[in-house]
Amino acid sequence: MKNYIQDIERALYDVRDEDKSIYKSDAGLTEEIIRDISARKKDPAWMLEFRLKSLEVYKKIELPTWGADISELNMDEIVTYVKPNAAQVSDWSQVPAEIKKTFDRLGIPDAEKKSLAGVGAQYDSEVVYHSIQKRLTDLGVVYTDMETALVEHEDIVREYFMTLVPPKDHKFAALHGAVWSGGSFVYVPAGVDVKIPLQSYFRLNAAGAGQFEHTLIIVEPNAKLHFIEGCSAPKYNVTNLHAGCVELFVKEGARLRYSTIENWSRNMMNLNTKRALVERNGLIEWVSGSFGSHVSMLYPCSVLHGEGARAEFTGVTFAGKGQNLDTGAIVVHAAPKTSANINTRTISKSGGAATYRSAVKVTKNAPYAKCSVNCESLMLDDESRSDTLPVMDVEGDEADIGHEAKIGRISEEAIFYLMARGISEEEARAMIVRGFVEPIAKELPLEYAVEMNNLINLELEGQL
Amino acid sequence: MLEIKNLHVKAGDKEILRGVDLKVGAGEVHVILGPNGSGKSTLMNVILGHPKYQITSGEIFFNGEDLTALKTFERARRGIFLSFQNPEEIPGITVENMLRTAKQAVTGEKIKILAFHKELLALMNELQINPEYANRYMNVGFSGGEKKRNEILQLLTLQPKLALLDETDSGLDVDAVEIVSSGVAKFHNENNSCIIITHNAQILKHLPVSSVHIFLDGKIILHGGAELVGKVSEHGYAHFEGKS
Repeated sequence: MKNYIQDIERALYDVRDEDKSIYKSDAGLTEEIIRDISARKKDPAWMLEFRLKSLEVYKKIELPTWGADISELNMDEIVTYVKPNAAQVSDWSQVPAEIKKTFDRLGIPDAEKKSLAGVGAQYDSEVVYHSIQKRLTDLGVVYTDMETALVEHEDIVREYFMTLVPPKDHKFAALHGAVWSGGSFVYVPAGVDVKIPLQSYFRLNAAGAGQFEHTLIIVEPNAKLHFIEGCSAPKYNVTNLHAGCVELFVKEGARLRYSTIENWSRNMMNLNTKRALVERNGLIEWVSGSFGSHVSMLYPCSVLHGEGARAEFTGVTFAGKGQNLDTGAIVVHAAPKTSANINTRTISKSGGAATYRSAVKVTKNAPYAKCSVNCESLMLDDESRSDTLPVMDVEGDEADIGHEAKIGRISEEAIFYLMARGISEEEARAMIVRGFVEPIAKELPLEYAVEMNNLINLELEGQL
Repeated sequence: MLEIKNLHVKAGDKEILRGVDLKVGAGEVHVILGPNGSGKSTLMNVILGHPKYQITSGEIFFNGEDLTALKTFERARRGIFLSFQNPEEIPGITVENMLRTAKQAVTGEKIKILAFHKELLALMNELQINPEYANRYMNVGFSGGEKKRNEILQLLTLQPKLALLDETDSGLDVDAVEIVSSGVAKFHNENNSCIIITHNAQILKHLPVSSVHIFLDGKIILHGGAELVGKVSEHGYAHFEGKS
């Protein structure tokens, strides 16, 4: 346990430069490959340098020794994950049948399916995307892909890029720094309220997107934004490592809601790093649904850096057969009167393993910090696993920290009760699971709540 | 309507019902009296096919159909309803949602949301249930009396052919018993039937009782008329022991 706490701390927002490990040559990833990626992307010189420095860091850092088992990742062959365009499938017929079936079940149109699977061209939403662009531009909002941002808003990117998640943070952050590609860039000027949610969904099939994509969002003082990442359809990639990075800067009095429902295909290792820096009286709201992937390690982090800064984290994790989903949240109270709420539901079934893991740190600079954690787990059968690992590290005075955890099995009596009212066993189970996540579903935009219900129904199918 | 023949039931290794015979016709109201632990609730649960119990011998027919081959929800769709002694709390499912889903399931028809909402509120008003409870999670945080009234609300909404009422009146104050028994009286007509387990004659006040059965140690030891209710409250169950 000691180890685990130390590791979580290392993942927090601090810029320690420790080099304990031995320099190890890595046959997989070379300077040449990085230079090649950089040249293809027409990086400015400083970005190439940044990539090369990240590569050095990557070579020095060991894999994390805590969390989900990621030993099946062959780091010596990391280059096969990194090759540009490796994520693109060229042929619809190569997309696995179960993925296609799920697309059908979710009612996704053909053109969109192909796009989601990475085989199609941009579909109709291009039009939607452009009409949104016009409205945003009128407000002075910038919403574009990272590559374009690097050209058109180079100064801003340079000021913020990987300052919140520095490459030395952990091995996959370093890898990300070296090979990142694609992603979204949003800049909201002071005082602007972006009323429509922005969805990365509209530009999903940019080359290499969804593997090492970088999301950078800056919400200036008193501005407001809702950003929706990904979508609930399973994204299919041939290569199976996802090491994205999300950096969110929430300035004084600003509000940002960041929603994700991800349903990666079941061959995916999802090792994503998400972090928000919240200034005085700012608010970050995370809504996070994890359904897909083979292995996930995902702990969105809120650094409450200004007095009165707030964080709300709402998460659902559903681990089915063959899945090991290790998810949770991190909150760092680094200023007085900061407050946070963490509210999660995890479900496991058919031998799936779900772990809730969180770290709440209250620094000496954060008197009157307030944090409440509520995590509940539901196991749908005897072969599934659920663990809860909350860590609290409180140094500040007058902190008000509350924690409530519940782990339980689905109640057979409740199922009987519903069946005694004429409801089929399958529907009874689905109702109980939906009821369990209801407090979370309420937080989602309507179409997402509907899609989450569809996903739960899909997950429960064949249970009986 | 319901015919039970020589029913033997076990829970694990323990035999709980030891040869129950019971016949209930359309329009009839049957009352089962008996001490706690005699197997009355087990009988109700077995009629609906609770997975905890195994039938070792005997038969249950409902309108000529062998019930034991059917799953619980299929029995409910045939028109059997159980008002539970201890209704389950189900977080995240509102009373209205659950009832609409159930109504749709038992009728097999698409339910119109607004019409259903009106109908539900009218029934809630009659049962003196706060209309806000329609949006509360099923039985979560309800008092004992509120849970029982919620059962009657479901009975009136689903309109089954056979209502099994398992101590629906227990733990209620006098006024609440009156509300519940009026609800049951409102439900009952010449086409449907009730089996009522009770310790209290008050719930029977508005109902035409057809037969009373004394239940002891896993079987019915005495069948009789409404007069048995008075005898039990006067003499207790010991009086009937050895009378089968």
